[in-house]
Amino acid sequence: MTTLTQTSPPQTPRSGSAVGRALGHFIRARETGILLAVLLVIVVTTVKNPSFVFSSDGWRDLLLTPSILVLVAVGQAMVIITRSVDLSVGSVLGLTAYLTGRLFIDIPGIPMIVVFLAGIVFGGLLGLINGALVAFAKVPALVITLGTLYAYRGINVVWAGSNRINASDMPKDFLALGTGQFLSIPLLTIIALVVLIAAGWYMKNTRGGREFYAIGSDPAAAGLYGLRVVRRLLIAFVASGALAGLAGVLYAARYGTVNSQAGSGWELDAVGAAVIGGVAIFGGSGTVWGAAIGAVLLLTINRALPILGVPDFWQRAVVGALIIGAIVLDRVLSLRQSKRLLEAREDSK
Amino acid sequence: MSIAPTPSGPPALELRHVEKAFGAVIALRSGSLALRKNSIHALVGENGAGKSTLVKIIAGLYQRDAGDFLLEGESVDFKSTAESKAAGIAVIYQEPTLFPDLSVTENIFMGRQPTNRFGRIDRKAMRAEAVGLFQRLGVRIDPDRPAEGLSIADQQIIEIAKAISLDASVLVMDEPTAALSGVEVDRLFAVARSLRDEGRALLFISHRFDEVFDLCDTITVMRDGDYISTDPIADSTVDEIVRRMVGRDVTDLFPKQDAVIGEPVLEVRGLNSAGVFHDISFDLRAGEILGLAGLVGAGRSEVVRAVFGVDPYQSGSVTINGRRVPPNSPTAAMNLGLALVPEDRRKQGLVLESSVARNTTMAIRRSLSKAGLLTSGAENAAARVWDARLEVKTNALDTEAGTLSGGNQQKVVLAKWLATNPKVLIIDEPTRGIDVGTKAEVHRLLSELAGQGMAILMISSELPEVLGMADRVLVMREGRITAELSRDDATAETVMSAATRTAATTHAEERAS
Ligand SMILES: Nc1ncnc2c1ncn2[C@@H]1O[C@H](COP(=O)(O)OP(=O)(O)OP(=O)(O)O)[C@@H](O)[C@H]1O
Ligand SMILES: [Mg+2]
Repeated sequence: MTTLTQTSPPQTPRSGSAVGRALGHFIRARETGILLAVLLVIVVTTVKNPSFVFSSDGWRDLLLTPSILVLVAVGQAMVIITRSVDLSVGSVLGLTAYLTGRLFIDIPGIPMIVVFLAGIVFGGLLGLINGALVAFAKVPALVITLGTLYAYRGINVVWAGSNRINASDMPKDFLALGTGQFLSIPLLTIIALVVLIAAGWYMKNTRGGREFYAIGSDPAAAGLYGLRVVRRLLIAFVASGALAGLAGVLYAARYGTVNSQAGSGWELDAVGAAVIGGVAIFGGSGTVWGAAIGAVLLLTINRALPILGVPDFWQRAVVGALIIGAIVLDRVLSLRQSKRLLEAREDSK
Repeated sequence: MSIAPTPSGPPALELRHVEKAFGAVIALRSGSLALRKNSIHALVGENGAGKSTLVKIIAGLYQRDAGDFLLEGESVDFKSTAESKAAGIAVIYQEPTLFPDLSVTENIFMGRQPTNRFGRIDRKAMRAEAVGLFQRLGVRIDPDRPAEGLSIADQQIIEIAKAISLDASVLVMDEPTAALSGVEVDRLFAVARSLRDEGRALLFISHRFDEVFDLCDTITVMRDGDYISTDPIADSTVDEIVRRMVGRDVTDLFPKQDAVIGEPVLEVRGLNSAGVFHDISFDLRAGEILGLAGLVGAGRSEVVRAVFGVDPYQSGSVTINGRRVPPNSPTAAMNLGLALVPEDRRKQGLVLESSVARNTTMAIRRSLSKAGLLTSGAENAAARVWDARLEVKTNALDTEAGTLSGGNQQKVVLAKWLATNPKVLIIDEPTRGIDVGTKAEVHRLLSELAGQGMAILMISSELPEVLGMADRVLVMREGRITAELSRDDATAETVMSAATRTAATTHAEERAS
């Protein structure tokens, strides 16, 4: 009995050149929308005040300001994609920033590379604590990391007291990193880009990266597949912690002063960036690229609003509206997608 | 080289007196099973007999409380599904377990994607392999689309593709055919036989005896968590197996009584939904059981979902007793006396975290409550009636629905809708995954309800069910109704040919007749 289901070869996606397909993909991608939003904000603000882009400071700030948040948002995106969340990143950033200053003060002449490694490893350890608590205590990440948010900040306050690290406590070379440029691109931006590209590649092209998506998409199914859910979860939290740690070191280099409140509130910016960038808050979809662009949008808008004459107290509201808008947009898109898929399924019969 | 399986050597996989309890619920008292190479072994038993629990122990998902588990004669203790996978065991679970956000291809290869030297996933190779698998299974599924929104049948096929691609020496299939229709089942069986001939050991669980007798060579019966018997299929009869499963005789599987067929109750006219179904018109009369047959994917579920108002449609009308059923409003449809038992019961029909009683009375809560208050006494009383009638096997009415066996979950959903006492009952695959004893009971119930004047529209991919139960049969293919057959005209041949003919000839014939 030959039937319809077997006569024709498996359906292939609509034909077209590879370039055409890639272009179509780009146009449809969720990230493209945010990129356009970023460009729009930049263009509008520049029309109002050309020095927003067309001055050496303007150009530098445009790239420099979001760079540190991009790092944190990339880590956050990895965690959210696995259907968790890391609210402790601001506190981790604060602790490592303070650690950075202390290392320079307490160990005179310490090589910069050692400081960087120390920051990354320390951040990673703090992340590991988060991950272990989430994976083994089986308490939702929201609760655990809310707890460590306060715990880590508390440690910072006890450790630093009312002390403050000042620019004069840190070597010139190190501080130069924070504002230095290479071919008129800030070094911090280059670091952020390298991390972004590496993370983006990992998430898209490796087994490990894809497992993050699988776990976030359906944790129960991931267990049935025999994926190492606990290990992945730990890796995601360690990555988030380590990136927050790196961000902490760079924070010290960029701002020169660190007190016990450094980085507070960054967790919300990081989660906001990821959500605005199209990372689904329930995991399973979105990209670190989206989160990075989301971070750029968030901070660029923050700088643009005063120039556009929007009063101070409205600025947080705008950010809030952006986040809600992004979530609504994602919901609408996913409903449309489900509908389209249902129809595609009938067409293919 | 040995050609025939050597009964003297150790079995490929063996379970001896395996026990498993969940709190107070004993799922397995003493499960035993021996799978041999070059063999397809059937495992049968009523809903809740413990088959899936046994499967999950083999898969490493559950750990046994007691008993032996041997692989090639060596004792093993799997602590995770990864370990059993690594030991060469592939499992198709009763409930498809896919990642909705990921592509079909990724779903098949997750965790073991082909990679190049740098650890980069070779998407081209992966996709080609997926296409090859689908060709082998004779199905058309876009390998690039996300798994979200796939029909149960397609999900099941992806599960099968996944398991086959593992190249395992032991393949366990827990009701893989429950959602499939004839053609796909034939394909699956062809693949299963070729795997058997390659020297693998297969376990096949099904509630359909024709399949079991067609495919398997050995059969093990379980009842209430206990091992009952293992025999060669050649020495077994359906009646004998059923008696061992149920502990009593099941006489008549299709107890269709003649009912007085009255006036049309449900009238569907010219229903269209672009790309899904076209020009659907039919009447459903009081006291009638109308069968809706066709291949999986013919658009049957979509039609009834549109009729009930879950899915939108572009044109056409639905009326009940002359009153228009507004599109897109299941609530309005329910108020007009329509009930739909959906295809995907686990996702669309049950609240897995709620109790059995709560689930059973979900659709009649308003009528049960007095002055806005719903007492659990009233809830339990109503639930008890229906759950008993459908023989839902559960320890207590406050058990979480999610922990029931697959078949018992189905029964709860059925009970929920029957409790609403609808004028028109639309039921999508009424007995999927339901054991023989209860199947006969469900059929008797449907027949009885029709006898009382209820109009019943029954979608079924099981031909014997359609032929045995329906007063009239509509056949759909590719979103169109291609034949309407009276009970006398409906035979396996007429239904199947209407379900599979090419579009051109059908239309010509339709015009001619
Ligand atoms: N996780 C669990 N928690 C509590 N009880 C469970 C759990 N899993 C299964 N059970 C119980 O164990 C018994 C056996 O269930 P199992 O799923 O193995 O049955 P089955 O033979 O596969 O039935 P079916 O044919 O309906 O799929 C049932 O009574 C069920 O309610
Ligand atoms: Mg089962």
